[in-house]
Formats: sequence, structure tokens, C-alpha cells
Amino acid sequence: MIKVERLVKTFCTTKAVDGISFEVAEGETLALLGTSGCGKTTTLKMLNRLIEPDSGTISINNKNILEAPPETLRRGIGYVLQNNGLFPHYTVAENIAIVPQLLKWDKVKTDKRVSELLDKLHLGKEHLKAYPNELSGGQQQRIGLARALVADPPVLLMDEPFGALDNVTRSKIHSEFKALDELKRKTIILVTHDVQEAFELADRIALMDKGKIVQIGRPAELLFKPANEFVSGFLNEQRLQLEFKAIKITDLWEHLPEGGRKTNTSSLSADADFWSALEQFKFIKGENLNILNQQSKEIKNISFEALMAAYSQYKHLQPHD
Amino acid sequence: MIEPQQTLWDFMGQQADKLGVQTLQHIGLTFISLFIAVLIGLPLGIYITRKKSLSGLVLGIAGILQTIPSIALLGFMIPLLGIGAKPAIVALLLYALLPIIRNTYTGITGVDATVKEAAVAMGMSKWQVLFKVELPLAMPVILAGIRTATVINVGVATLASYIAAGGLGEFIFGGISLNNTNMILAGAIPAALLAIIFDFLLSLVQKLNFKKIKGAVKIAPVLLLVLSCLYFIPSAYGGKLTAGFTPEFMGRQDGNLGLQSKYGLKIHTIVISDAVMYKAAQEKELDVISGYSTDGRLKAYNLIVLDDDKKIFPPYYAAPVVREDALRKFPELEKTLNLLAGFITDSIMTELNYKTDYLHQSPERVAKDFLVAKKLYRADKGGKEGVVRIGSKIFGEQYILASMYTMLIKGYTNYNVATKTGLGGTKIVFDALTNDQIDFYPEYTGTGLLAILQAAPKTVTQLQTSKDSTYNYVAREFEKRYQLKWLKPIGFNNAYALMMREKQANELHIKTISNLKRYLDSK
Ligand SMILES: Nc1ncnc2c1ncn2[C@@H]1O[C@H](COP(=O)(O)OP(=O)(O)O)[C@@H](O)[C@H]1O
Ligand SMILES: [Mg+2]
Repeated sequence: MIKVERLVKTFCTTKAVDGISFEVAEGETLALLGTSGCGKTTTLKMLNRLIEPDSGTISINNKNILEAPPETLRRGIGYVLQNNGLFPHYTVAENIAIVPQLLKWDKVKTDKRVSELLDKLHLGKEHLKAYPNELSGGQQQRIGLARALVADPPVLLMDEPFGALDNVTRSKIHSEFKALDELKRKTIILVTHDVQEAFELADRIALMDKGKIVQIGRPAELLFKPANEFVSGFLNEQRLQLEFKAIKITDLWEHLPEGGRKTNTSSLSADADFWSALEQFKFIKGENLNILNQQSKEIKNISFEALMAAYSQYKHLQPHD
Repeated sequence: MIEPQQTLWDFMGQQADKLGVQTLQHIGLTFISLFIAVLIGLPLGIYITRKKSLSGLVLGIAGILQTIPSIALLGFMIPLLGIGAKPAIVALLLYALLPIIRNTYTGITGVDATVKEAAVAMGMSKWQVLFKVELPLAMPVILAGIRTATVINVGVATLASYIAAGGLGEFIFGGISLNNTNMILAGAIPAALLAIIFDFLLSLVQKLNFKKIKGAVKIAPVLLLVLSCLYFIPSAYGGKLTAGFTPEFMGRQDGNLGLQSKYGLKIHTIVISDAVMYKAAQEKELDVISGYSTDGRLKAYNLIVLDDDKKIFPPYYAAPVVREDALRKFPELEKTLNLLAGFITDSIMTELNYKTDYLHQSPERVAKDFLVAKKLYRADKGGKEGVVRIGSKIFGEQYILASMYTMLIKGYTNYNVATKTGLGGTKIVFDALTNDQIDFYPEYTGTGLLAILQAAPKTVTQLQTSKDSTYNYVAREFEKRYQLKWLKPIGFNNAYALMMREKQANELHIKTISNLKRYLDSK
């Protein structure tokens, strides 16, 4: 859906973006991951033409983005910024309704859509008349997201959207983000310097350094098949936690014992990651867990020990760095 | 004192009409210029946020404009735009520009870059970003600039009266010339109140919620226009002829007050400074002006003096006033100075003044040419028997007279001469004389009577009908009080006079002030 080819952007003498190419499929979430100054923001802003590239092409839906006027392009792309960029002189309702206003929606349609989004993002109606500075950081960020989603654009660009939030708020919004149906259909490019966030939210990750993509692939690929020292070094610090999150129960499926007692214990989807499975055991101490594999329509009833055994067998089969 | 003691309140009550008119004019001037300054400054301020390379230049020029002293700026306007409202408004608007441009610029550049970026990223056009984001967010800062400009304009507008644009300056500067405190306060207090009130009102506007400003932005231009129109209300009633009088003339018994009480003259009058009055008369912006009867511009601009048939203007015959000890020290001096006595008539003096003031010949040259023509000139004898110190006030006629006396003393005696010309006004030069800083200077009988001796109104009325009685009175009193001697009069009378364009006066058959009154009263 989005295709970026050999993108280059130089500011004076700094090569901010140095020949980047990637593709994002429809409905996919790609994270641009890397330390500060590696060119993530510059790459992202070239997608909605806030910055014009020196060379290279970008097409969305097989159409070069230079074909349409930039305003038209931008109205079809949601954009969420780290510091939310809400208009301080607009109420919450007006902030969310900016793009509908530009698209000349009628009032009824706009109001309906605004309240629908407020509902989905767990914001009370009482906030509609409030100004951004009267809200918490988390609420402001949700409104920034609502504003980007309001016209239901097929593409969403997010630049460190949760970077300014405290840890508790951030993980809360992360889980809301994953659960939001609006986002399931969207093609999303998410810029972040937070490895955890990238692993948690992205389908694929492009790890960047000095204006170049070092490796692009699924989280597990980066973790278990790092392209070079840089990649493994980048992920090493939080390795264990990342692995737990990168490995899905389906990856372990063949190592788990068949059948077992189907007690009336809680159950989990096999799409869940290993970390969530471990967390489930915290709540149901000493009991077994029912795991449902959607594809094979199998259910396995497993103990904590069986799960850990499957994990170490799986690990043995991965190449070591 | 010319006027009896009265309280400020009395004065304001008496002059309520005028006070009202001046206040309206003042508000009008302030807001017309402000309105135009906003029309120019706001777009310019926005433009330089887009073209940052020009910002230094534009802000620099606006800054320089503001450092020009207001009087000078008004002066520059006269050759370009004449007198009256136009130059005053232009000068005021130039003053108002800097705060408006600067605050628009800082206001807009100060808008949070993330907010602007978000606006662009959502698909707003340049104009939408400007009107929906940048201007509303910069509005408090821009309003602060407009507020500053308003207060500056209320202040500077007092100077508009110098070029006949009206406003509360008429009272302030009239009062200063006449040393009338009530008159000064009657202008200064309302002007100060206007500044405080507008400042306060604008501070309220500034504090308005963002939301309400959206509406206020729309009513602001209308409000500005309405306030601007106030200026034109007073000028709606005019008359057949327009007079321009100096602030000093306006308040004097031997000036406008006398014209009203003795002649019953009722004429549409505007107040104007001496510097531009003659030119305005020539350019038909004024029909009747108050001037001095030997002023060179009389000739330059083809003006004639109306005969003061009821003798309200006291005589101002010129004569050297000398220290008695100087006359003893320099025995030849009196004889030499009297060489000039009776030689210079009104028309000759006008002619001489015309040469310096209008043809810009040097006073020395004019003096020498005259003495040579009258066969009075003798070459410098290079005298070494002491130095005579000559003083003069700071205008052309006095320079010419001082030069003539210098040449005569150097040519006829063995004394040398030191000149201390340009000693400001009457008070300064007279103090220099009594304090033995100079030996003599040319003075006028009327000035001696009114300004120096400060004779009682009754005495003045008695004396002013005759030239000789005034001269005799001042000569006697100066001798008695200051040991100063008035030598023989030079001949001309540089008194207050009403003047008109020669052509118009002839057409209307106006030769005297009584003729003028009859013309004004007819129909
Ligand atoms: N407008 C600009 N002018 C000059 N240099 C810039 C500009 N924007 C970014 N850069 C430089 O380009 C590089 C990449 O910046 P950026 O894309 O913002 O990095 P990231 O978002 O990954 O932190 C940095 O070295 C930064 O200093
Ligand atoms: Mg960045």
C-alpha cells in the first residue's frame, strides 16, 4: 500500500535520511525504531509532505504522492504527534472536528462521528467543551488520536505518540490502542525509540541508524535472526522481556503436550504471546490453562511447567548469537 | 495677569464647547491613524514572518521612524502634505507602526511550532493556517501592540495642534504660551484620562477568552471606524472664512480675545503654529492669520496687513536698550547706535526680513547691502578701545539689526564688538542684559510693556492707542527699575497684525479689521 524507494534528505551537511526503501502492506503496522537523531521523524514527514525529499519516490496505493495537491494528500492521512499539537484555542470537540470542517462535513455527521470516537477512546462527553490545557497528558494524547482518526483515513502516521506519557499511562494506552477496532483496518507507520513499544504494537519493525534501515522484519526475526551486531546490541538490554513478548504460543504449539484435562479453568488464545500466558498463571496459581488454537481448532490444557519446557525446547532450536 | 484668577473648573465650564470639540478631535485623530496603522502594520508584520530576511529591515525602519522626535516628524510632513488632518494622521500612523508590526511578528513567530505543524499536517492551506491558527493564537500579543500604539497616539496627538489638526493640544500649548495653568490642565487632564481609559479598555479586550476574540475581531474594525469618525464631527460646521491663529494669539487680550471683545469678530478659527501659518495662508488653507507686521513672509506670500482701526494691538516699536554704565564706558556708543534711528520703516524691515527668511541671504550680507545703499556703511577701523557686547533674540530680524549695529560700531568708533546672538526669548536676553553679560540689544516697546514690565491692563489700555506714550512709559520705567536706557526708535512697528492674501482682500474690499467683521456678518 505504501511504497518508499531510495529516499534521501540532507539538511545542510547532515544526511538525515540516506537512501531508505520499504513497503507497508494494507492494514499492517510498521514501527520505525532507532535512537534519537537517526532520521525517523524526517522519514515520516516526507510521507505526508511536511518535508520534501531530495530524491526518491513515495507512492500510496500505487499513486505517487506528488500527483495530488499536498492539502488533499494530508486530509487523507492521519497524523499524531508526540506533543499532540492540539489547538489551545479550540475546545476538544472543535479540535477533533478540524478535518471534517476542512472536508465540509455537515454538523450532524461531524457531531455523530466525534461522539462515537470519544466513546471508543473512553473519553467522557463532559470533556467536549473543555480546552486541551484542562486535560491530562493521557487524555490529550487520546484526543490527538481521535483527531487523526476522525475522517477515517486509510493511513495513519504516528511520531512517538506515547513518548511524553508516564509509564503507567503509556501501557494503559498501549492496550487500548491494540484493542481499538478503528486501527485494525489501518495502515500505520509508528515512529518510536522505545523497543518495548515497537515490539508490542508493530507487525514489523524497521530498525534505523544514521539515516539508514539496518534491518526490517517481524519482531521475532530481529530478535532471533539479527542482521548484525548493531541489531542484537540494540535489543540486548531488554532481551528476555522482548523474547517473552515476541514469542507467540503458536510458535511453541508443537512443543506443548497434547490434550490433557479440560478443567473449568480459564482459557487463552494461541495468538497471545508467551508473556501474556505467563501473566495468566499469576492469577490462576497451580491450575492449568486452556489454550485455543484458532487455526487448528485444537485446545490444549497445559501446566506452567509444560509451558516453560516448550519455551526452552523452542529456544534450543533458534540460532545463537 | 491678563485674565482674572479662576479655578480649573470654571475654565472647563466656560470652555466646555471647545473642550468637547477638542476631545472628539483627539479621539478621532488617535483612531484614524491607529486604524490605518493596523491596516498597514498587520499585513506587513505577517509578511515578514514569511520573508524573514526582510524582518530586520522592516523592523529597523519602523524603529527609526519612532525615534524621530514628534515635532520634527510633523515638520517633515508639512512640505509633503500641508497642514491639517492629513499630515497629523500620517505622522501618528508612522509612530503607531512599530509596535503593531513588531508585535504581529513576535506574536506569529511565537506560535507553538508543533501546533502549526499539526495544522499543516491535517491539510490546512497557508491561509487557513494563518486565519485559524496563527492569528488567533498571536492575538493577545498583537492586541498588546495595538494597545501600546493607542497610548503613544493619544500622547503624540497633542502635538497635532501645531499643524492645525486640532485636538487637546490646542489647550495645552495655548496654555504654555500664555502661562495659563488652567488652560494647560484643561487639555492635559482629559488627554491623560483618554490614555488611561483606552489602555484599560484594551487591557480588558486582551484578557478576553480566545473564543470571544473571534467575535471581537469582527467588531474591532467597525469600532475603530466609528471612533475615527469623531474627528470629522467638529469640522462639519465651518464658516465663510477660516482663520489660523497661534496658540499664544488665541489667549491674549491684545490678540483673539481683543478681537472678540473690541471688534466682535466671529470667525471659524483653527489653532496653528507660527512656523506653518503663513504658508497655509498662501495655499488658501487659511484666509486670515495672526502674524507680525514686519515678517518677511508677508512679502514672500503676497499677504497684506489689515488696519487695526480700533487699536487693539499695542505698538511694538523697536529700539536698542542699553545699559547705562555701558553708555558711560563707551561715550561714542549712543551717537553711533542712533545712526539707524528712523531709517527703517515697516516695509523696509519686511523687505529685509524677506531677504533672510525667504531668499536665505545671510543677515550680515543683508545688513551690509542696506547700509551701503543708505550710504551709512564704513569700513572696519579695527578698533582696540574696548569691546561692546551686542545681544539678540533668536530670529532673523534681530540678527539683521545686530549685524547693522556691529558694522556701525566697527566703522564709526574705535571699539571692537562681540556678538551674543540667538539668546532665545525675551526673558533670556533681558536677563543677560541686566546681569551685565551684554551691553545692549534691540527690544520692542510692546514687549517691554507687557512681558518685562507686566503693566496692569488698565495702564495698557491707556497707553496702547499712541506709539509715543508707550515708548515714553517704557523708557521711564526701564530707567527707574533697571538703569537701562531706550535709545531712539529705529522706525518700524513689529506688532501683531491680522493678515490676508492680497488678492482675496482686494476682491472682498477688506482693508481694516472692521471691514473684515462687516463681511463676516453680512448674509
Ligand atoms: N529542519 C532541520 N534542519 C536541520 N537539521 C535537521 C532538521 N530536522 C532534522 N535535522 C537533523 O536530521 C537528523 C535526523 O533528525 P530526525 O529525523 O528528527 O531524527 P529522529 O526523529 O530520529 O530523532 C538529526 O541529526 C537532526 O539534527
Ligand atoms: Mg523524532
